[in-house]
Amino acid sequence: MIDLFFNIFPNMAGKGEELLLCTGQTLLMMFISGIISFAIGIVLGITLIVTMKGGILENVVFWTILDKIVNFFRSVPFIIMIALLIPVTRAIVGTAIGTTGAIVPLVFGTAPFFTRQMQAALAEIEKGSIEAAQSMGTSPLGIIFRIYFKESVPQIIRGVTITFISLVGLTAMAGAIGGGGLGDFAIRYGYQRYQTDVTIITVIILVALVTVIQSMGDFIIKKLSH
Amino acid sequence: MPLIELKNLNKTFKTKTSSVRALNDVSLSVEKGDIFGIIGLSGAGKSTLIRCINLLERPDSGGVIIDGEDIIKLGEKEIRQKRKNIGMIFQHFNLFNSRTIAQNIAYPLRYGGLTDEQIENRVKELLEIVGLESKENGYPSQLSGGQKQRVGIARALAANPQILLCDEATSALDPKTTQSILALLKELNKKLGLTIVIVTHEMSVIKAICNKAAIMENGEVIEQGAIFDIFSVPRRKATKDFIATTSNLHKVYDLLEEDSPALHLSKGETLAYFSYIGRAAVESLISTVSVMFDVRINIIFGDLDLIQGMPMGGLIVIIGGTDANKQKTIDYVGQKGVKVEVLKQYD
Repeated sequence: MIDLFFNIFPNMAGKGEELLLCTGQTLLMMFISGIISFAIGIVLGITLIVTMKGGILENVVFWTILDKIVNFFRSVPFIIMIALLIPVTRAIVGTAIGTTGAIVPLVFGTAPFFTRQMQAALAEIEKGSIEAAQSMGTSPLGIIFRIYFKESVPQIIRGVTITFISLVGLTAMAGAIGGGGLGDFAIRYGYQRYQTDVTIITVIILVALVTVIQSMGDFIIKKLSH
Repeated sequence: MPLIELKNLNKTFKTKTSSVRALNDVSLSVEKGDIFGIIGLSGAGKSTLIRCINLLERPDSGGVIIDGEDIIKLGEKEIRQKRKNIGMIFQHFNLFNSRTIAQNIAYPLRYGGLTDEQIENRVKELLEIVGLESKENGYPSQLSGGQKQRVGIARALAANPQILLCDEATSALDPKTTQSILALLKELNKKLGLTIVIVTHEMSVIKAICNKAAIMENGEVIEQGAIFDIFSVPRRKATKDFIATTSNLHKVYDLLEEDSPALHLSKGETLAYFSYIGRAAVESLISTVSVMFDVRINIIFGDLDLIQGMPMGGLIVIIGGTDANKQKTIDYVGQKGVKVEVLKQYD
């Protein structure tokens, strides 16, 4: 069995440990930047929802500025964002390379996307539910927590799933700046040394990762939807 | 002192291209224990008006006086406190879909200083009031429209409000379910002394449970008063049109228009519309006059109804006899409090 594996993927010989390490790095980058982006995304998402025209804390000027900022960061291609952010990354985490150095651009690249996902999730709350809560004397803060967040949990999970899947792609790209992880692994062996079998293994792991995330998301949504 | 007094409310909605005057100097007052109906066609401003009572909509000017206090002058926090005294139900129920029935009903009770046990007991009590005892752990998506509205009512009443606002609360329901919801509202009005304000576009809803009503047209209240007065002496055309929708009698005008054989007269016959309120003596009156004045009275069709427990009805009749006797008949019947309208004479 193992012989068969190395017959098909000859270049994988002796890379097992490194592959494990790289997978670990990818997961680490994903979770740290994912969690930070989620925190930023949900705060900005709800802020956009409540300050928009007709929102419970309408503030059109504030909304316009925030909306433009989110759009700006969304429109910068990730690979350029990495280069652009080098000084910022150094200032925040002390280094612009390696797994740690990759987390800052990953957050900048993911948070705006996360924000839009959260905004879309929260926008699905019907105006009628908000009105019902208001008619029962719920404060704006109460509406945020008791209606917006509580009532849109399945939609939020869906946004989280989509964002984490897109993060898988971004972490692979972070490999280009020496961020480590599966992207780095595939570039170093598969691309630069023409070891296509290594690339295939990497792709298989990434596909498996995406599948697991998607299935988990679907499972939770199914459990929580009524 | 009225429980709810709306004074000279004005509200204009502006868009980029136009502005709509939703409320034009609207005043009305609702006494404690009233079931007050507000009726109008869509766009008449009735929903805006009811939403002014709990300030979900802020009028541009005017006063909203609840229990003697003008709540427009209060701060946001105090207004929220006041809203707990004013329940509201909606056309599309607006339940919280991720919460169970019991959690929906418990919503207004949370963070109000009650223990979990007290909340649970209150929810049980409310489920019983609206007749949904077995559904507490279900979700709104599992309920029918009528059941959803019952949950809406239970939730609106959880905090023991004095006032219940119903914004087209039966408009999404079938006629039978509408009747059962209206019966529930009436029962709550009686049992709890709940003051109810109902916005609707269906006169049948007003007729079924309201004791007072206001008719709205183009942002103005064009008529208001006790239901019985409105039905018996409607002053404005819009009011008459709404009343006509609740009875069959207006069909006579269509039949006349299309020259229906049902209304063809023979020599010496007159077609008349008898309408009366507050007394059910017309049938005996008909036999009386036919003997007294030697006329034949043929009832083509009629409609009888109870408005606030008082009979109200109308008959379309063909009277046959000499002109003099027919005139005597009409005069006599008129003296007995029946309104007579001669629709057509044989010619």
